[in-house]
Amino acid sequence: MNRPYDFSRNEDISIIISGAAGQGIKTAESLITAIIKRHGLYCFSCREYMSRVRGGLNSTQVRVSADPVAAWRDGIDILIPLTPDLSRLDHRISDTTLIIGDPSLFTEGRTGIAFSFDEAAGGDGRLYNTAASGLILALLHIDFSLLSESLNERFANKSEKIRERNLTAARAGYEQGGALLRDGTVTIALEPSPAPRSRMIVSGTEAVGLGALAGGCSFISSYPMSPGTGVFEFLSRQADAFPLVSEQAEDEIAALNMALGAWYAGARGMVSTSGGGFALMGEALSLAGVTETPAVIHIAQRPGPATGMATRTEQGDLNLALHAGHGDVARVIFAPGNPDQAFRLTARAFSLADEYQIPVIILTDQYLVDARHTIPPWEDPLAGYASHIVETGDGYQRYRYTESGISPRGIPGFGRGLVRVDSHEHDENGRISEDWRTREKMVQKRMKRLEQLAASAIMPSSHGNPEAATVVVSWGSTLGTALEALGKSGAEQIHYLHFSQVYPLNPALRPLLQRADRLVVAENNHTGQFADLLAVTFGRRADERLLQVNGFPFSVEYLTSRFTRYRRPV
Amino acid sequence: MSAYEPVDGIDISWCPGCGNFPIRKSIISMLVSLGSDAQPRVVFITGIGQAAKMPHFLHVNFFNGLHGRALAVAAAVKMANPSLVVIAEGGDGDMYGEGGNHYIHTIRRNIDITHIVHNNMIYGLTKGQASPTSQSGMITRVQPHGVISRPFNPLAVALSLGATFVARTFSGDMPLTESVLKEAVNHRGYALVDVLHPCVSFNKINTSSWFKEHTYSLTGHDTSDRNGAWRLAMEEERLALGIYYREEGVPVFSDHLACYQSDRTPLFERRPDEEKLKALIRSFV
Repeated sequence: MNRPYDFSRNEDISIIISGAAGQGIKTAESLITAIIKRHGLYCFSCREYMSRVRGGLNSTQVRVSADPVAAWRDGIDILIPLTPDLSRLDHRISDTTLIIGDPSLFTEGRTGIAFSFDEAAGGDGRLYNTAASGLILALLHIDFSLLSESLNERFANKSEKIRERNLTAARAGYEQGGALLRDGTVTIALEPSPAPRSRMIVSGTEAVGLGALAGGCSFISSYPMSPGTGVFEFLSRQADAFPLVSEQAEDEIAALNMALGAWYAGARGMVSTSGGGFALMGEALSLAGVTETPAVIHIAQRPGPATGMATRTEQGDLNLALHAGHGDVARVIFAPGNPDQAFRLTARAFSLADEYQIPVIILTDQYLVDARHTIPPWEDPLAGYASHIVETGDGYQRYRYTESGISPRGIPGFGRGLVRVDSHEHDENGRISEDWRTREKMVQKRMKRLEQLAASAIMPSSHGNPEAATVVVSWGSTLGTALEALGKSGAEQIHYLHFSQVYPLNPALRPLLQRADRLVVAENNHTGQFADLLAVTFGRRADERLLQVNGFPFSVEYLTSRFTRYRRPV
Repeated sequence: MSAYEPVDGIDISWCPGCGNFPIRKSIISMLVSLGSDAQPRVVFITGIGQAAKMPHFLHVNFFNGLHGRALAVAAAVKMANPSLVVIAEGGDGDMYGEGGNHYIHTIRRNIDITHIVHNNMIYGLTKGQASPTSQSGMITRVQPHGVISRPFNPLAVALSLGATFVARTFSGDMPLTESVLKEAVNHRGYALVDVLHPCVSFNKINTSSWFKEHTYSLTGHDTSDRNGAWRLAMEEERLALGIYYREEGVPVFSDHLACYQSDRTPLFERRPDEEKLKALIRSFV
């Protein structure tokens, strides 16, 4: 008799499937999360993986709950290792972790239930993931018919034999899982409800891609680079259904120059890359600045410098995004906190880029783009869509001086005017100018919009106690984890601010920060790049910086333990 | 004066006697042949260098961008609006040096643009360093013992990559340059026109008289013969002037794009399809 594993008091179950690259862990993740949601439970999933095509050790976390869940946990309730190698998960396994797999793993105080994936999969190594899916869904009390329907859909174009073999493996896993519930070895009591069934399961990558379509993206040129490639692939797949040109550029330099060419000709162009690729785009970003050409740039951050860690997460490219490009260049930087914000801010990036004729950067990271959340669908996706192109007439001046500094933007071939755009300093007609008065006026014209952009900048979302002495600040993908930690550590003692726009910053923020007796900034980098930005902008230095650079996102456990300390008076 | 010449005063920054002047005249002649109705649709995309300043001395739409990057911009402009007449123009350093990678891949794409390269075998704007097409042994201030590298052969590269229009002219032969440019701009597909010309300030070797002695006009050459074109491109003693190779009827890049299959409307006139987007979003439920 196995020892009983009682998870009936858990608010959520953290399930980890681990295995080598090529064992189909990602497939299992997308299969079971869709089914769990259809069953009526909320899911959060995220993978951590090595930069290799086969072998190594990867894992995916699936958190299942009766309530919405949106954050990375270190802790593992149930571990499903498809290979008997737990070296990379050592630090996350505790004495409450139930391991279901090879009994050779039950050493050093670890316990579990023996399960042979090979047996369940009929000796076919390609089906371990399907057997594991059956096992997990049985433990969550999910009807087998949901799994068999999904498998039949998924393998509709495959042979009868492949479908059958998958169903057999799924059933074998499912039956053993069911037996563990029936004999009382495992107890799980998550109550399903109808609400999750009408929600989407969507990743950050998909949300950025869908947001781009909602923003009217009609052109994407990129050079593949993890973890930014997913958005490029997603949009490329939509090029048959939407008016959208997708082209793989020869390098990142070409990619952003192409996007600028697309905007110049009236399309809405985007690039998706990571820090290293964006570093090559610096000169083109500067070109966008001087020519007042819009651009939308998605940077999915990974740890640097240089090649760094291709498949891991970090928030280390804020300074690059802030300062890239020679000369003074106005820009906006968004840092969505979750897929919902990623959709809305990416859509907004296109309108804003068009309206203000500036590059808009969307700063995500591997954690955000790979994580999948259960969220309501966007009902009115084109609500914010607006185009600002004007028809030109005779004597059109691309850089006419205006009160706001923004000149009406014409495009070639729409109207009788000529659209002259120049990377040199230029006059109102776009002709090269070395006149010092023109130079001064043009710099002021281009930078003036930054004041308007700051005044209308998105304020951070505010959580916890607005009167609390301790103000905790974070930005980008840290939102879900910080919110869960806030709930677990006592929201009374903390005022938490999450920034989804990190540049420019709204001047109205000053009193919020000045008020704090203790200002804490949490971010995934080594120096505290956002804390520095707050100090430079508002003259308020952070009293404490919570920093992490190990390639993983902050975990709920880590932020909870830190936040708990702020219960004490300052 | 034609519609393609600026009415406001212009201050042309080239040196007196520069080969760019006759090239400008030839280009105006090419533009006039398109008719003044075409003017709002004609777009020059250039980089940095003396040649790249050309559109400032014309009356045309232009995007005068970064050194070396004109072809990337030009490709995207044509993808976004295939009804535009897109001309990418620049010098040998701009197009074959800094922009070498874009040169290769723009040809591979067969973007329907005209690519005019002023090839004076020297860097002019930066005052006399070697260019990718400088002859080996040329002494400059940066290469005091002479250029070590072998010269870049743009025509051979273009042919090897499947370019469908490859030509070379000489600025001093205006009738030839005009006629080749007119053929190039009417060619449907990527068209390279490499225009040899002297740099009167910095290139003391490849002078106007040097070009006259070292070039000859093609007569009776079969422009559909790719191998014949290849042999011409590999000649080193005397450089052939005229159209080396042309091939009509090859699909251009935008012919392959899904968004133009049943609708040639440029992208700026399209709106996102709300129903399709809603359906796509619902597919995640």
